This record gives sequence, C-alpha cells and structure tokens, in this order.
Amino acid sequence: MPILERRIIGFLCNWCSYGGADAAGVSRFTQPTDLRVVRLPCTGRMNPIFVVKALLAGADGVLVSGCHPKDCHYSEGNYYARRRLEVIKRFLPVLGIEPLRFEYTWVSAAEAKRWQEVVTAFTEQIHALPPVPRLPDDTGIERLLRELENSPLPICGCHAGHE
Amino acid sequence: MRIGVFVCHCGSNIAATVDPAAVAMAADSMPEVAYATDLMYACAEPGQKAIVEAIGEYRLTGVVVASCSPRMHEPTFRKTVERAGLNPYLFEMANIREHVSWIGKDKEANTRKATDLVRMAVEKLRRDAPLHSRRFPVTKRVLVIGGGIAGIQAALDCAEGGLDVVLVEKEATIGGKMAKLDKTFPTVDCSSCILGPKMVDVAQHPRITLHALSEVEELSGFVGNFKAKIRKKAPYVDWNLCTGCGACLAKCPSKKATDRFNEETGLTTAITIPFPQAIPKKAHINPEFCRHFMTGKCGVCAKICPAKAIRFEQEDEIVVEEVGAVIAATGYDLADWSGYDYLGGGRFPDVITGLQYERLLSASGPTGGHVVRPSDGREPKTVVFIQCVASRDPSKGRPSCSGFCCMYTAKQAVLTRDHCPDSKVHVFYMDVRAPGKMYDEFIRRAVDEYGVDYIRGRVSQIFRKGERYVVRGADTLAGAQVEVEADLVVLAVGAQAAHGAEKLAERLHISYDDQGFFMEGHPKLRPMETNTAGVFLAGACQGPKDIPSSVAQGSGAAAKALCLFAKGVLENDPQIANVRPGRCVACGKCVKTCPFGALNIVEARGRRTAEVVETVCKGCGICTATCPQGAIQLQHSTDNQILAEVNALCRF
Repeated sequence: MPILERRIIGFLCNWCSYGGADAAGVSRFTQPTDLRVVRLPCTGRMNPIFVVKALLAGADGVLVSGCHPKDCHYSEGNYYARRRLEVIKRFLPVLGIEPLRFEYTWVSAAEAKRWQEVVTAFTEQIHALPPVPRLPDDTGIERLLRELENSPLPICGCHAGHE
Repeated sequence: MRIGVFVCHCGSNIAATVDPAAVAMAADSMPEVAYATDLMYACAEPGQKAIVEAIGEYRLTGVVVASCSPRMHEPTFRKTVERAGLNPYLFEMANIREHVSWIGKDKEANTRKATDLVRMAVEKLRRDAPLHSRRFPVTKRVLVIGGGIAGIQAALDCAEGGLDVVLVEKEATIGGKMAKLDKTFPTVDCSSCILGPKMVDVAQHPRITLHALSEVEELSGFVGNFKAKIRKKAPYVDWNLCTGCGACLAKCPSKKATDRFNEETGLTTAITIPFPQAIPKKAHINPEFCRHFMTGKCGVCAKICPAKAIRFEQEDEIVVEEVGAVIAATGYDLADWSGYDYLGGGRFPDVITGLQYERLLSASGPTGGHVVRPSDGREPKTVVFIQCVASRDPSKGRPSCSGFCCMYTAKQAVLTRDHCPDSKVHVFYMDVRAPGKMYDEFIRRAVDEYGVDYIRGRVSQIFRKGERYVVRGADTLAGAQVEVEADLVVLAVGAQAAHGAEKLAERLHISYDDQGFFMEGHPKLRPMETNTAGVFLAGACQGPKDIPSSVAQGSGAAAKALCLFAKGVLENDPQIANVRPGRCVACGKCVKTCPFGALNIVEARGRRTAEVVETVCKGCGICTATCPQGAIQLQHSTDNQILAEVNALCRF
C-alpha cells in the first residue's frame, strides 16, 4: 500500500503556536493531516535531542514553532530555542540527516492564517523528500534504537540500511 | 495504571469528520487501557457524569479525553477526574477537534490522526505522576495600567471591593480619550460631566494610589505576588506643593508647546495643566519647550509660583509596587493616516481627525467650543465627514472595523448642525454600523431631524480649490461621481492599540495581535483574562470599544481581580521543575538560564545542589533543556514523556 501520509511531528509552545494552531482550527483553515502535535510549555523546553531522536525513530519531519522573538510567555525561552535549534539544524547533515526534514518557526496565537501556511508548506517540503522506511514492528525500531545508542556514530533512520 | 479513554463527538464538530467509535475501539487495545468509549458531549453534565462513573466502575487510575483543545477544557476535565477521586494531573487530553476534525475533511485520515493523538496521550499519561499544588499567600493589591474610563472604572470597583489599587497613567492626567470628547453618543451627554465625578472619586479614594506621568517599566513575579517597577517621569514640579492654581501657566513666556491633550489643534505653554478638570490638577513642565531647559535663562514660573513648587533639578523616580494582580487598560490611539495621500495625509490644515474635531467642539478646547477652521478661524459653511479612514481597508493592512466611528461621526454631524445651524453636513460612509441600544435610532435622527446628508461611497481624493477643499467620491446608490466643496473635512480615523502597547505587552508577558491589541484568554469566554495568570484586560486595549463596553469590561476585570483575591491564598500550578539531587552537580547553568530566578544553589546534606523555589517557578522548562546532567525535569512534561509521545507516533 502506498504511503500517503508522512510522520511529521510538531513541537509547539502552549502559549503562541499551539494557540495559533487552535485558532486555525476554529477558523476552519484546512491543513494537510500529516502533522501530529506535541504540546510543550515553551520552545525553551525543546531539547535539541528531541529533534534527533524523533528523526532517528522514523519521523519524516520535525517542525518546532513558538512565540515570536520578544513575545515569549516566559520572556526569553524562544531565544534559547532559537540558538539551540539553529545549531541542531546545521548539525543534522553531520548526522547524515537531510536538514530539510527539520524547520523551526514562530507563529503567534493570533496568526491562524500563518499557521495554515506554515503547516502546508512544511508538509509539502516533507512530501518532496523520500519517505523514511517504516519498520515492520516495534521490536525492529527498538532494536535499531538500541543499536544506535550503542554505536559510536549516530546514524539516521533513512540511511540505516532498512531498504 | 488502568487508563480510561473517552472520545468526544462534540455533536457533529468532531463526529462529522472523525469516527469517534473507531478511535475508541483502537484505543481499547493500547497499553494499560482498561476502558475506552465515545461520548456525545464529554464536557456536558452527562458526559462528565459518565467519566466519573466509569472511573468508579472500572477502577480507572488515569483518564484520557480526546476532544477539543486543552487550552479550552483541560481545567474542566481535571476537576472532573478530581471529583472522582483521582489526582487531577493523572489526566491527558488529545486535541482531536481544533487540530483534527476542524482542519481536514478526509474522515479516514482524520480518524488515523485522532487515533495517533490518543496513543500519544496514553503514552504520556502512563508516565504521569500525581502532582500536588502548594498554597501561597497573595498581596491584595491591584495595579491598573491606564487611567482612561476603563481603567478608572476598574480602579474604583477594585477599591470599593476592598482592594488597594495602584493606578498608573502615562499622561499628566487621568481621563484618557473620554476626557477629550465633547459629548457622548447616543444621549449627547456632556462627556466631562459624566467622567469628571469619577475622576474626582479616583483622586479622593483612600484605597487608590495614583501615579500620573508614569509608566510600568518591568513586571516580575507571578499571580498573587507581582513586583512592578514604575518610572515616575519628572514633572519638574513638586506635586506635593503644587496647588494647581495656574499662575505659572499665565506667566510662562514659552507659549508654543505642543498641546497633546488638545490633539495638537492648539498650542499651550511649556508649563501646563492639561485641562481644567485634570486629575491630578498639578502643573508639569515640558522640557522640550521650556526656556529654562533650552537656554538656561528664564525661571519665571519659579518666581511666580506662590507654593514655591518648581523643581528644575528634579529627576525621574523609580518606585516599586507589590501587587497581586494587574489590569491593563491602555486603550487605543488613532491609526497613522499620513500614508493616505489622497486625503492629504495631514498636509491640509482643515482636514482633521475626529478626535481633533472633538477638541474644537469642546468648550474646554482651544477654540472655547466654537467650530472654526484651523487654518483661518472662520466658521465652516460646509463640513464633510469621511468614515472608514484606516478602517476596513485591507489594502493598507487595516482590515478591521473600528466599531465606534459610525456613531461618533453621526454625533459630530448632529453637533455641527447645533453649533452652526446654517451649515451643510455631508457624511461619506461605506455602511452604517450602529448595533447598540438606541444607536440606530440616533443615526435616523441625524438624517431625519438634523438633515445630515449621508452619501454611500468612498472618497477618492481631496484637493484644494482656493480656500476651500473639493471632496471627490462616489455615490454608489445613485451610481454617480459626486464632488462636494467643503470648508472643513473630518476623518473618522480607525483605532489601533495605544502607542507602546506592544512594548508593554512584552513587559507583562501577554500576547498581542497584528494591530497591537492585547490578546484575550479566549475570544468568547475569557474576554477579560489573558494567558498570563493574574493579568486582566479592560477597555479598548483588547480591541476597539465604545464607552459603555469599556466601562463594562473595566468592572468585569475588577470582578476578576476580586474573585482572585476572595480566597486569600492561591494554589500554584504544580507542573514545575523538580531537581533530582543525586544527579545534580551544582554547575549552576539552570540558575543562569532561569528567567524568573526560581533556581538557587543550596547546601543540602553536605553537598551543593540546585533547588527550585516552587512558588516562583512558572514551568517553562528552560532549565530542563539546559541541565547537562538531566537532573532537572519539568514535571508533567519530562524528557521521558515527550520522547514517549514521539515514539508512540513513530512506531505505528
């Protein structure tokens, strides 16, 4: 069966982007269905390792979205996020991961339209890339994760030889 | 854990594009799920009852509700599970309405997505621990920012309710925009006559501390225990001594200062009192125009002042006020219309804004209430009003309707006919929006009784013709172009948030929209609250509002503050950071990154370790992402929980 949807994980801060995504829903702004959202209190909570772990675990794409700079509910969480996420984005190729699989952006609670555009554009971007191979069962992924944790060099899911 | 999963239909809101029964069936086989069902309305009384009963019947120890956004109903369901005897934090929500059913039409894909979201919630719930709130005392004082009618109402209601109030006003007097108005619609009541007594009440109320000419520079702390740093700008007059006699105004030789109160329709002196009914009625010096500050020579006011109150050497003062709640009531300002070239953009002296016209109509204004042309002081024969300037104009990035302009234009048209009975009055309008008690009747009166000529159409250009102005526009009802020669043109310029509102929002940690208006907690159900606990909104800072709505919201915000303090003690949100001392190496990185100073390094049992101040921590999790040891975990959003959600999605 052809894979129509991709596994896209969104890490959204509760105050701005999650609210923006809610507002997009309330406004009935149609979006692709691929994205699944993890709610965080703040993008400052975002440990960059989440991005890597998600991509290694088989996610096709990871999108992080928070409050616009200067507008963080916790004053400065998104500044920490910006630095950490920019570093991890540049570091992804070193891990053998296509950097286009990860984006971070800012969407306020009032920007329902912008959220629709961000989701649509990112979903298109991920669909333009080949799908990450899906493993037959969860023992497979668990084995892979174990191997990865023991291996000296992290390898990305799409290059792990599970063609 | 024995988990119960409840999938809500939300009537047809969810069920139309998601199959709740299929989601519940899929949830039934998820790990540790003991019971799964679908409900018609989970949040309604029967739905909540079903959840409570199922918890008892199936001995559930954790609950997942798949319904709307947790920003909507998480508190509701937390209370529900608590009623059934569970810890309220052994509860998770899957947002299958805003994030699924409302944004996609493909039922199969939506059902798959909803199932995934439920699976993520189940995996997170499996790793939840019961959390308990701490109680802490509150400071029963309220900070009201902005002394317009909304702020005045909020301050008075709070004070009457027994709270101490700190009222901060940016200008030298309270009263805001309402103080500048001549009359109010639809009663044509004298604005300062109904506002004045309230302003006096503020000045005389023993529970209200008024800081005029002041701005909030910083707000730290949290609900119940805020600390506000307020900059009191130097008025260069000792307000404890100033009696407001006005002797200095009469003698000040610098008579060409910008008159902000009169919307720059006139000039004032460098030392000034904004208007006769000002509260506080104290003089202040505008150093930009004061000869003493410009040349070092003068000091007439100091010589003349009978109270010896002039202090040229005075400096800004910083005061710190401890408050438990904040009410933002910073109001609006007219949009910048200088980009409207076809209306002159401010180049024509006799093309003025509605607010400037109010000052011309007002007896306390620069013309003493005589309607005259600013250019030559002659009484206008023809006055043209143009509505929807910088409103309902997507081409200029201002798509919204400012709401009150239709009414004040009609009022000004009526007053023009009162002031100058021989005048002709034309109003260019797009639509007349008059939804309010007696509002539409008032518009009809303007047309029928006062003979105001309403022309439905937009104006394309204003140009000069001798001393007069030609207003060229369309009459869309007649299907023709019209040209009106006018002596005076009044523009109903749309409202935007007050200058500096965005900066204040950042200081208060609240959100704002693209016009700078502060974001309410929920557009329908939480119009007075923000998403920052303890910070409330009143008046036009949240969106354009007329006087009755501003007063209503001012009282509403006061009620919210009174509710907050009625309990005496507050409970914190226990979703905060927690240190595992065994792992902590006291490197201090968390202490440096915490924006709230909620972390300290302490000595415990002979070793140094980080410690969270529970009532200060706001649960942002920055420390958790910073800690190199993984020793700090944000409870209810631990690394394991987030990664469990990720894995729940990637496995299937």
